[in-house]
Amino acid sequence: MKWIDFEKPNTVEDAVKLLSDSGGNARAMAGGTDLIVMLRVGHPRVNPDVVVDIKSIPELNELSYDANKGLTVGAAVECYKIYGDDNVNSHFSALNDSATLIGGTQIQGRASFGGNLCNAAPSGDSIPNMIAHRAVATITGPSGTREVPVEDICTGPGQTSIESDELLISINFPSNGAGFGANYIRFIPRNEMDIAVAGVGASVTIEDGKFTSARVSLASVAPTPLLVEEAGEALVGQPVSEGAIQKAADLAKAAAKPISDMRGTADYRKHLCDVLTRRALTTAVERAQGAS
Amino acid sequence: MTTADYERNMVLATDTDYKVIGTRPVRHDGADKVTGRAIYGADFDAAGLLHGKILRSPHAHAKIVSIDTSKAEKLDGVKAVVTSKDFPEVGNQWLKDNILASDKALYVGQAIVGVAASNPHVAESALGLIDVEYEVLTPVLTTQEAMATNASILHDSLTTEELGKDTGVVSNVASHTQHVKGDISKGFAEADVVVEREYNTKTVHQGYIEPHNATALWSPDGRLHVWCSTQGSFVVRDSLAELLDMPVSMVRVTPTEIGGGFGGKIPIYLEPVAALLSRKTGAPVKIVMSRKETFEASGPTPGSQIKIKIGAKHDGTITAAYAWMAMEAGAYPGSPVGAAVQCVFSTYDVENSTIDGFDVVVNKPKTAAYRAPGAPNAAFGAEQAINELAEKLGMDPIELRLKNVATEGTRRPDGPVFGRIGAKEVLEAMRDHPHYQSAKAEGTGRGISIGFWFNIGFDSACNIAVNKDGSVNLTEGSTDIGGSRTSIAMHAAEVLGIPVEDVRPSVVDTDTIGFTAVTGGSRTTFATGWAAYEAAQDVKKQCIDRAAIIWDVDANNLQMEDGVISSQSDSELKMTFKELAEQLSDTGGGISGSASVNPSGVGGSFAGNIADVSVDPDTGKTTVERFTCVQDVGKAIHPSYVEGQMQGGSVQGIGWALNEEYFMNDEGTMTNSSLLDYRMPTSLDLPMIDTVIVEVANPGHPFGVRGVGEANIVPPTPALANAIYDATGKRMTSLPMSPGAIQSADAE
Ligand SMILES: Cc1cc2nc3c(=O)[nH]c(=O)nc-3n(C[C@H](O)[C@H](O)[C@H](O)COP(=O)(O)OP(=O)(O)OC[C@H]3O[C@@H](n4cnc5c(N)ncnc54)[C@H](O)[C@@H]3O)c2cc1C
Repeated sequence: MKWIDFEKPNTVEDAVKLLSDSGGNARAMAGGTDLIVMLRVGHPRVNPDVVVDIKSIPELNELSYDANKGLTVGAAVECYKIYGDDNVNSHFSALNDSATLIGGTQIQGRASFGGNLCNAAPSGDSIPNMIAHRAVATITGPSGTREVPVEDICTGPGQTSIESDELLISINFPSNGAGFGANYIRFIPRNEMDIAVAGVGASVTIEDGKFTSARVSLASVAPTPLLVEEAGEALVGQPVSEGAIQKAADLAKAAAKPISDMRGTADYRKHLCDVLTRRALTTAVERAQGAS
Repeated sequence: MTTADYERNMVLATDTDYKVIGTRPVRHDGADKVTGRAIYGADFDAAGLLHGKILRSPHAHAKIVSIDTSKAEKLDGVKAVVTSKDFPEVGNQWLKDNILASDKALYVGQAIVGVAASNPHVAESALGLIDVEYEVLTPVLTTQEAMATNASILHDSLTTEELGKDTGVVSNVASHTQHVKGDISKGFAEADVVVEREYNTKTVHQGYIEPHNATALWSPDGRLHVWCSTQGSFVVRDSLAELLDMPVSMVRVTPTEIGGGFGGKIPIYLEPVAALLSRKTGAPVKIVMSRKETFEASGPTPGSQIKIKIGAKHDGTITAAYAWMAMEAGAYPGSPVGAAVQCVFSTYDVENSTIDGFDVVVNKPKTAAYRAPGAPNAAFGAEQAINELAEKLGMDPIELRLKNVATEGTRRPDGPVFGRIGAKEVLEAMRDHPHYQSAKAEGTGRGISIGFWFNIGFDSACNIAVNKDGSVNLTEGSTDIGGSRTSIAMHAAEVLGIPVEDVRPSVVDTDTIGFTAVTGGSRTTFATGWAAYEAAQDVKKQCIDRAAIIWDVDANNLQMEDGVISSQSDSELKMTFKELAEQLSDTGGGISGSASVNPSGVGGSFAGNIADVSVDPDTGKTTVERFTCVQDVGKAIHPSYVEGQMQGGSVQGIGWALNEEYFMNDEGTMTNSSLLDYRMPTSLDLPMIDTVIVEVANPGHPFGVRGVGEANIVPPTPALANAIYDATGKRMTSLPMSPGAIQSADAE
């Protein structure tokens, strides 16, 4: 039986001090919907002496929008606040694809995108969506604050480029111009209570019937969520067509490096990357065209 | 019976007029359950309670070279440690080894050491201090592997029993049984069309929501008291007495409320370990399994390999049927293949049939019963083959079944001759149902199937005592899993002519009631209900006798109807049951009735499904769009509970069909031992399951009851396979028919 200290700081400064004083044995806790489950089962990677509850820190609860700066989602903002937010609903509605998908109502009352990202599961349902939205993470540690694109955060299953004495403060989503649309979908054998066998986040910007930018990001088909840059690049400059979308889907499939396990075989997962990329891009296009 | 106008969830009723039977009263234990007051095993607490944990094998097949518990014993807070050495020398070694392994570990999760400590965390830490040295052997994970020549052998002492005779040959095949009727070579020669295929199914779990648990207190006077979640308190008592070498009267088992069992809570696992730990410490010891332990170390139902060959004439007459079935017993002999051979072709009147069954040990947990054990595996093959036959013959699949259906007097392929059964009525109700009559929605496929389960009788006891306010206390020994308290109470209420709310049913411990067999085999409403019927008749007779004393008349002239005692000769003489109850003390003392029965008139049950599915052509994911279950239940004592059984069996069958499986890695570890990855359907994965209760009364029961708990899990897997075939052209011969499996399968 192990003793775990519980701390609830009110400032970023205090939180970072607690993390750095613990010599690497502290864990931040946002909603705790991953952390508490892992503590209970005695997960080998999660064995802290101190749990630092970050929900009372104002910056981590910020949810704000500015036409120039874009959307800022504090690292502890719960899913239900995201899908209940007017600015999200008017300017970033595709984020709700993930916010309404993670867990059920109870989990959505606690779970955060920040926790989803720091937990770094290959299947994290908000991560490909954030990547598709070109989101940037703000991270503060003892030596200051830095900004990192979300696609550079996860380094392996459960592992991130955030140091043990650093805290994720917020995630920033740049404003999107007219003609932007995005979508995240996952495939699960059931309709709830399941982990993505594969997931795809896609975003497009369409001007005059042509893709001017696009991004495709995959879940559950590699040790980390994947940004498939070549799939997005293949669309840029192309007129919107099923053929162009299929080309991107082929590239996404080719980029996937899945394993076979109880959730699906590698072949099936690659096949799903094709299907889901096609479907996510098609929805993103519909949304983009509906929005313009 | 009328099949003309169907509603959702309807009853095609028998004509007999009952007052209580067939109504839908609120269950007696309802308030306790919905307010969270009902006491389940894990809730159990007592002064000085210790907490037990179990060290389990990480290997699927290994010799146990040594066990060193000395470090664990020294840990502060650890009170006792037990291993197989703590069992008395007598008793069945395999039974003991499945509780605490002695020389060999035969599956991942098999219990090796039990620890009791002052709290669960200390007990958990102590497990990490135990050193077990293993010599790891090659695991054998399927019947195919186990039956192969040169297979790694699980038991050096296991020799194959071939058609009842010990061959003396050491192998993983515990037994081969065979049923022969007529001559299949003649039958196949007469056939114009033959269908032949092999089918495979995976190990699946019952998935009850409450994990196993047990608390034991071994008193200084030598008496052992156990509280546990079980389907049969007397089975626990008798098994404990055998394993611990003590008289049954020294063991008392109190069944706590049970959160599901479906057959999986018939065997014992934790009870003997808790008992041995309590004997060493003198304190009560509680052990509760985690979900992972429940998957890895309780008894699932087997994976199986099944070959079916059926032949028919152009007119649809089935001339021959052959089944070859090998089922995984798990680590020790005793797969449900013995039941599967009794069910595989029993729906049909087939002149020539041969059925071979093989009981095969593999390095997986010892299988336990699961709702109609063995029958769904068999039906997955046989009922797909029948549909294929119908397609080849150009016949409607229900008409083909009706043409060959078994009826009263048909001899089953395994020997017994059917009494009055309802297979034909079920098929007719399916055919006439608006679901079957409706056109399929665009893009969907439709499948049908029917399944059989024979049901059992066995011992049951019941006591009824009359209270002075005119209510009665009813005590019985059948764990209530699906509302049986109320169904049993309804039997007594009907006989006594009183409202069922005036019956107070209690499930009591083994010191308090006569021997009662398990809640299983769909026997509880049939047999314990019958005991309640007899006990109520006993009370009724005594009431009449007492009224005769009060009125000073001949008892033969008195009757008791609708709760009123009256005289046939003197209309002035009338007394309600309630009025009599007030006077009992002054007229000779209270009245109590009792009965112990072992009824023989068991009636088998048939259930059929009509299933509509759509299959996503890109992902292979199946959506069950519409699902109807039709079952012959004899007489529905409480139709809501019968519908609950039909819907529950359907849902479990749908889960088995589409996603459930023990996903084993090459080393024999189940990699999906959580409810996240062992994919049972949630409410969002299911349509409303429509039910049609068909009542073909069982002449072997006073109210016509047949067991209803099991037959309904038999047809879903083939019904869905047939529907998926209809939707996609893909014949799925292996379970589960998961999205990936369907996507990668080839169309016929
Ligand atoms: C029933 C159930 C269903 C679920 N369903 C889904 C699902 O459908 N899809 C899905 O993707 N996930 C699902 N999850 C997992 C989980 O809910 C999500 O990953 C959630 O987004 C985690 O957020 P949280 O705020 O609870 O994180 P926490 O549990 O608080 O934290 C997760 C990890 O991130 C670290 N961390 C948290 N905040 C910070 C920070 N600011 N700085 C540095 N490190 C930090 C923690 O130390 C921990 O390691 C489910 C979980 C449950 C229990």
